[in-house]
Parts: sequence; structure tokens; C-alpha cells
Amino acid sequence: MRDVAVVGFAQSRQRRRTDGTTNGVEMLVPIFADVMAGLGIDKGDIGFWCSGSSDYLAGRAFSFISAIDAIGPVPPINESHVEADAAWALYEAWIKLQTGEVDTALVYGFGKSSAGDLRRALALQLDPYTLAPLWPDSVAIAGLQARLGIDSGAWSERAMAEVAVRSRRDAETNPYAQLTGSKDVDELLAEPYLADPLRKHDCAPITDGAAVIVLAAEDRARDFVEHPAWITGIAHAVDSAHLGARDLQASASTVAAARAAGIDGVEVAELHTPFTHQELLLRSELGFSDAVRITPSGGALAGNPMFAAGLVRIGEAAAHILSGSAGRTLAHATSGPALQQNLVCVMEGRDR
Amino acid sequence: MKQPAAVLGTGQTHHKAKRPDVSMAGLCREAIDRAMADAQVGWDDIDAVVVGKAPDFFEGVMMPELFLADALGAVGKPLLRVHTAGSVGGSTAIVAASLVQAGVHDRVLAVAWEKQSESNAMWALSIPIPFNMPVNAGAGGYFAPHVRSYIRRSGAPEHIGAIVAAKDRRNGAINPYAHLRQPDITVESVQASQMLWDPIRYDETCPSSDGACAVVIGSAEAARSVQRPGWIHATAMRSEPTTYAGRDQVNPRAGRDAAAALWKQAGITDPLSEIDAAEIYVPFSWFEPMWLETLGFVPEGQGWKLTESGATALGGELPINASGGVLSSNPIGASGMLRFAEAAMQVMDRAGDHQVDGARKALGHAYGGGSQFFAMWVVGSEQPE
Amino acid sequence: MTVVEPLTAPIELSFDYTRSLGSTLGRFMTGLAGRTITGARCSDGRVYVPPVEYDPQTGAAVAEFVAVADVGSVLSWTWAGQPMPGQPLDHPFAWALIKLDGADTAMLHALDVDSPDAVTTGMRVRARWVTEPVGHIRDIACFEPDSVPAAEWPPGGDVEPVTMVTTPVALQVQHSASIQETRYLIGLEQGKLIGQRCPVCRKVYIPPRGACPVDGVPTEEEVELPDRGIVTTFCIVNVPFYGQKIKPPYVCAYILLDGADIAFLHLILDCPAEDVRMGMRVQAVWRPREEWEPALQNITHFRPTDEADADYDSFKEHL
Repeated sequence: MRDVAVVGFAQSRQRRRTDGTTNGVEMLVPIFADVMAGLGIDKGDIGFWCSGSSDYLAGRAFSFISAIDAIGPVPPINESHVEADAAWALYEAWIKLQTGEVDTALVYGFGKSSAGDLRRALALQLDPYTLAPLWPDSVAIAGLQARLGIDSGAWSERAMAEVAVRSRRDAETNPYAQLTGSKDVDELLAEPYLADPLRKHDCAPITDGAAVIVLAAEDRARDFVEHPAWITGIAHAVDSAHLGARDLQASASTVAAARAAGIDGVEVAELHTPFTHQELLLRSELGFSDAVRITPSGGALAGNPMFAAGLVRIGEAAAHILSGSAGRTLAHATSGPALQQNLVCVMEGRDR
Repeated sequence: MKQPAAVLGTGQTHHKAKRPDVSMAGLCREAIDRAMADAQVGWDDIDAVVVGKAPDFFEGVMMPELFLADALGAVGKPLLRVHTAGSVGGSTAIVAASLVQAGVHDRVLAVAWEKQSESNAMWALSIPIPFNMPVNAGAGGYFAPHVRSYIRRSGAPEHIGAIVAAKDRRNGAINPYAHLRQPDITVESVQASQMLWDPIRYDETCPSSDGACAVVIGSAEAARSVQRPGWIHATAMRSEPTTYAGRDQVNPRAGRDAAAALWKQAGITDPLSEIDAAEIYVPFSWFEPMWLETLGFVPEGQGWKLTESGATALGGELPINASGGVLSSNPIGASGMLRFAEAAMQVMDRAGDHQVDGARKALGHAYGGGSQFFAMWVVGSEQPE
Repeated sequence: MTVVEPLTAPIELSFDYTRSLGSTLGRFMTGLAGRTITGARCSDGRVYVPPVEYDPQTGAAVAEFVAVADVGSVLSWTWAGQPMPGQPLDHPFAWALIKLDGADTAMLHALDVDSPDAVTTGMRVRARWVTEPVGHIRDIACFEPDSVPAAEWPPGGDVEPVTMVTTPVALQVQHSASIQETRYLIGLEQGKLIGQRCPVCRKVYIPPRGACPVDGVPTEEEVELPDRGIVTTFCIVNVPFYGQKIKPPYVCAYILLDGADIAFLHLILDCPAEDVRMGMRVQAVWRPREEWEPALQNITHFRPTDEADADYDSFKEHL
């Protein structure tokens, strides 16, 4: 495999509501400028472009078409798009770099969740014959998953609240985070249920946002930054769509991706968990010791820009390497109902 | 670095206006099962699945590959969903190829599909966007003015479009999977059909189809167990904005740049003599001569002469769309992959009645959006050096 | 420039999707029409309800079908205190994963109970059927505790095979115009055509976009353009189609306003369609002032002027 690294990362401030268009241009223009200025490059230095977004979120077909105005793709660019979180766009870009056709790639994701009713829209990811016609919303699906673990003793409402407390406290030092706070566990547990057994703090907020990552191979990466975040393993997998047939207290696809990526020795793990119990589930599945710092950015619970939040995890995990503050980090991204599809990306720094 | 990759097998559905006999999963599996049989592989042999489809509004399912994961045999494997507008079928095949070329996987299944009869494509594509004036032109209305520009620019005579339409529909009649099958169509009958979007006539427009296409792409090692695989010699993708000041909308630069990169990668200097068969995305007949120029088969302004000469018919110098092309079958998300698969079938000598004799190198081409997304590949009967 | 708030308006995404079912789902829906629930037995011996179409182990199409009970046990549940549009019940209810007797997997549906206190994991529940099932997942109105007396239904006769279900999908998304587009729309409301010039390439865009598509930078400098220009290219629409507002034949043309660097599509009327030419000079025809709104529709169409046609060479770069 070719050595490929994350060399640049920028994200928009995560907000409950922005006033831009659903094609993301207003969020993308400044972060493209940020990431390119940081690396001292312009669009001509990028060999491949790949984005992640959703037509259903934007409410119009081909929403990604207008998004490329933010690039100014003249002359034409080598470009692709996934209808998924941009973490999967990063995977496609990583693959493109592995073919040797290009040495640099720029990956971006964007979503304006505030434009629609996200909980209802996500019901359209479910089986269109036997489930979607009932419109089970995304919080309901998460609530069913959370209850299974509570009933089995795998986690508890208190442990879930502890995740929320830590996430919001960590987010205090994340200038891009949407939610911060210092309430303690008992205060959170005194709040009413949003969807028993979930309280509001158990659920990621609705967020508008965008993120961008630049990848580079080998010497190009070393030219850009002092400490490239070398991707030592990246893999993803999908689980069954049949919620009633799948073990919702496990995440076979995360385990498979982690095994393929090789997660030993990670110091920091940015987990993409839109619900508190999903962090507890993944920590258990990944077998992390207490020494692994979990989601120090605050994670999706502090700001969840759909179709970018997984890419943000990779950016946040890479940032520790880029800054030299950690030697080996992991990022996880998820997509689909109840953690159906999962990606794991492990990065490390190396002495020059 | 880049590993060799080859098409091991292809499959497609019987394309029809409506396929009320199958579910979405059933439609995909009809193509997949044929591709896997053609490639002589089983589910355990498949390392990853790549899915392509145009807008989710067509079927009213958000990211339908998620609910289809089980039927597509993707559970426990990597599943990737590509969406690059009308070029998506081509892009999907290219992404699948790159998974093998990157050395990550040995055998990848790619499937592209559209079940347009679940809704109404015209509805899905013309949902009124506030503050935007409806174009008031319908499906062909976007492209017809650019066809007029081409005619003005090239001086092409009026009957060129009809030649293409008659040829592609007659080709479709010998393709058992084609949606429209019109063996008796003639240039005269096309010219007698209703003028819809002047200068485009009814018989010069593509149908709206339910359908799917699948390909299995494998490494050199995997290709060893296949008789006559379709080797991937080059792939290219380019995008540009729908419109910008000074954009050439007849002969878009993204298409020219993609073609130039493609021929260079394939080591082709004279595509007209070196390519034996081409499957080009022609949803309206006039796009054949237009794309012949964009692709560099002939100089600008000369595409219509090649079409008029009969060179693009079966038996001609450069048979274009021997399968019948998009003018005969148009399951939007799958249409691009059908072009890529049909090109592979030609060099694999598996195209049946529409086989181009002795085809050794073939082009698959797709485009989408407002002629702004391009995806292409060259496949050959020999492993490239 | 004055600060403006972007204009916003809802997009309605509503369509009644027609879903063909194929043999397995067709069998399941046909069963529902007769108030029976059908599962598929797979090679692992497990009965999947609703039936999977393809065996999870072998990938082959499932072939063995079994009827399961319409009573079962709750495996998990969550409370829906504020039902959303389209959900099975319009008063608070529980969502539940329910394993029916005879099934090895759970199905998800609504459970009609008064409060979260009335539902427990493991409780026994029964399907509540609608009065007139048609072969749709919503033939099961919801589930209810099996302590509720079961409804009596007359024995079902033969049911016509169900091959298709209709599922309405209705979502609303709030569309926002960009700031640049908003300024242009406000201009239209005042009878003006306001484009914007890119600070890098100096090209004038109308409508202006969020960013210059060549340079990727937002535009700010406003340029008021005349309501006159030329037809670059066009087509004559002869065909009726979905959503059409004007009776064919009519002309749809790219109009390049004098001073603009990009053309937009609009209508050419007030002359026979066959008289429209590339390069023809045209002028906007506006609605009465009192009807103006922030929309390009304030211009009903363009009409020919009596000026001489533009030279092909003068606009060939715009094709």
C-alpha cells in the first residue's frame, strides 16, 4: 500500500440553523479557503475531489451539482460523489490515491439538516415496503436499540448520561461545537424523557455544517506538513438492514472494520455516535481500555452535521497527529439506522 | 502501484417501461445473478459491493443501498454508494475498478439500477424550487437548444439525428435485453415522427425504463479463471459546473479533458482506428455526432460526417451503440453502466447477435447533469502492458 | 449595500410511490390482505418476519413460507409521546420490536397503550387489524396488549394476489435563496434585473450564484442590466408534458442580456415560433407592476424587437 496521510482539515462552526442554501456553498467556500491557505495550495494542486451529501436532506435532486460552484471547477476536475457521509468519500479518495493516479485529494461533506425534518426524513432509509410506511423516526429506532442494552445490563441510563456529560464538557474547548454544558449526571437524569428510554441529552442535536479534508501521498504529504497523519488502516462494512434480525447490541461491521484497520495502540478514538448508548456499545465492541481517550472533540452529541459528521471525526482524530499531541489515533464514522454501516480509520505520526 | 483489473462478467435485466413483476431487490438481483454467473463466481468470492443510482427521489428511498444491503450480498462487506447524476453508472464501474487497481480487493461487484416506475421521473426532476422559474421545456427542452447550436456550428444536415435514431433502434432489436425493439424503423419514419422539442423528434428521444446492470471486476489473479476477460486499459472522470460564463455547452471541456486523459492512459493516439466498438451515452440522437467530436474520434464539426457515412453502424468502421444504446433502453442510474458493460461484452466476445466482429478494444462512455459529469473507460481483450 | 435576509420558502416533496413487490413481498402483502402474517424459513432454520427476499446464508431467493401467529412478545420498546405525521397512531404510543409466535426475528410496529407504564419488555401483544385490509403493512393498524379482547373477523375468503403497494411519501424542506440570489429577486420585485460581477474574472452573472462557478468566490458587486438582449439558442416546444403551463407550440430560449456574460432560459412569445432565430434581439414583457413579486416570472416572456439580429460571431462564445 502507498503511504497516504491526512494533511489538512477544516470545518464550519456547527450550528442549529444557518441561513445559507441547502447546496452548502456558503459553508464550503470559507473552509475550502481555510484548508488551502493552511497548506499554501490552490485548487490546481488537487488531483481528485470527492464529496458526500444527500438529496433528501437538501430537498432537491442533484444537490451536489451546485455545491461544486464553491470549488470553481474550471478547468474541469477529476471528481466523484457518494450519497453517504463524506467519511465514505474519503475512503473513495484514499482508494484513488492507492491506484497511484493522483497524489492529492480533497474530500468534503455538507448538510443543512435544519431545512427539513431530519427525524422523519431518516425514516426513508428503512425498508420501503414494511417499515418506512409506518414512519418510525430516527430517535425511535435509537430508543429501541438503547432499551435492549438497558434491559440486558450492557449499559444504563446513568452510564448514558455520563457520556453526555463528558461530551458537553469536552466540547467546551471545541470552538466548532454546537452544544456545551456543565450539567452533572443527576441533573441530566432529572430531565424528562424525549423518547423513553432516551432523554434529550442522549440524542445528537440537529446541526448544519460542513467539513473538508486534504489527503496526500508519500513525499507530497511530507512537503505539506511536519507531522502528516498517516493512514495505517482504513476499512468499512455494512450490517443487515433487518432491524429485528440483527443483534442491535453488537456492531459486527465496526468490529470487522476495526480488525481490518488494526486498532492496537490507539491513544485517542473519535467515535461517531449520534446517541449516547452507541458510544457505550462501540467502546465495548472495540475493547478499548480506559487509557484510550474517547471523542475529545465532544463528538456528534455536541454537533452532528449530517453527511459531514463522520468526516469531522477523521479530521479531529488527525488533528492530534498533525499537532504532534498524539502518536496514534482512530476515527469511526457511521451511516444508516442503528449503526448499520461503519468505517474505521487509524492514523499515526512518524518521525521524519 | 496500480494493479491490473478486468471485467470478469456482466449482467443486465430485461429493461422495460415498468417491471411490475419484481421488487427493487429483485430488479438488482436479476442483473447481479447474471453477472455472477457470467463471471463464474459465488457470493463468497465477492469482497465488496459498489452501488450506483441517480436521485433517491425516483424511488422515494433515502440511500436505498442500506435497505438493499442483504439482497446485494453486502452484509459484512464494504458497501459504497456512488451518485454522480446520469454518469453514475459509469462512475460506479470506475470506483469498483479502482478498488481492484488499488490492490485492496480481488473481486468487486458493481451494480447500478433505476426503478423509474416507482414514481415519475418528470416529477422527481421538476419538483418546483422556490424562486426558480420553471423551465417550461420538459425533459428534452434542456438539451434541444444545444443540439440547435451544434447544427448551427457544424452545418450538419437535418437528417443526421434520424440516421442515429434508426440505427440505434435497429441495433436494439437484436439485443434481447433492450426496452425498445423496432426492427422496421427507418430514417424516413424517424423523420415522420412528431417534432417534440424542435430540432428533436419523438423517435430521437430515449425511453424511460426500469432496469439494472451489474459487473464483476477482478484482479489479474481472479481473471485467470475466466476465459477472455475484459481488461481495463484506462478510466477517466471529469466534472465542471452546469453553466459558467463562456462555457462550451455543445462540446464541453470536461468531456474533452476526460477523453484526452483516457486516450493517454490507454496509450491510444488515433482512437478512430484503434477503437473497434464504442458504447456512448446518447439519450437524444444528435449526441452521437456531438460526442464523436468531444471524444476526439474526429475533429470538431466533423462528427456528423462520420455518422452520415455509415461508419457508426454495425459493420462500419466504428460501430457505436451496437446494443441499441440509451435510445433503446434508459434505466437512468444504470444507463452508464450498461455502456461500460456492453463495451466489455464486445471485447469479451459475449455480445451475441450484436457482437462486433473481432472487437479488441472498446470504449464505454457516460455523462450526466447538464453535460457536465463525464465517466469513460477503455476495455480490451488483451492485458495491457 | 443594505443587509438582506435570504428569502426562504418550502419545497413540498409529495408523491404516492407505487411499489411492485415481486413474489416474496407479494406473498407477505397478500397474506396481510387475508389477515395472516407470513414469514420465510431460511437455510439456518430461522423464520424471518417480515420475510427476507434472499436467504442471509446462501443468497438464494427464499422458497419456504410459513404462517406465523399474530400474537407475540415485545423484545424492546420506546415511547412516542408526540406522534409525527404518517405514524400509525395519532395519540401517544410505543414503538415495539415484536417477536411473533412462530417467528425467530422481530418486526417493528406501533403498540397502542395509554402510557409508558403500561408497556414492559416481554409483554404479550396482538395485531389489531384494520376493518378492510388491502395488502399493505398498514393492514395491521398497530399492536395492542393481548389482555384486550380479540376482535372477531369472519373467516377470510380467497384473496386476490397483491402485486403492488402504494406508499405516500410527503416531506417538506425549507428552501433558502443565497444572499446574491435574494438581492436579484428583490430587484425583480422592483422591476430591475440585478446581476453580480465576479471580483476575479469580472464576468457578470444573472441570476448571481452563491459563488462564481469559475473562481469559487462569492460575488458582491451589483450590476443592473437592461431588460433587452439576444436569443443565443432555443428550441420549439411542441410536446405536452407533466406540469406544463403553456399550450404548445412555444419557444424556450437562452436569453443573453446586454452586458451579461451568461444566458438564462426564458420564453419567446408574441411572434410565430418559426420566426425565432439565433441572434434575434428581444425585450422583456413584464407583468403589471401590481403583480410583481420576487421572481423572474414578473417577466412573462420576451418578445422580438425591431432591431437587427446580432452577428453569430458576437455570441458564439455563449453556446
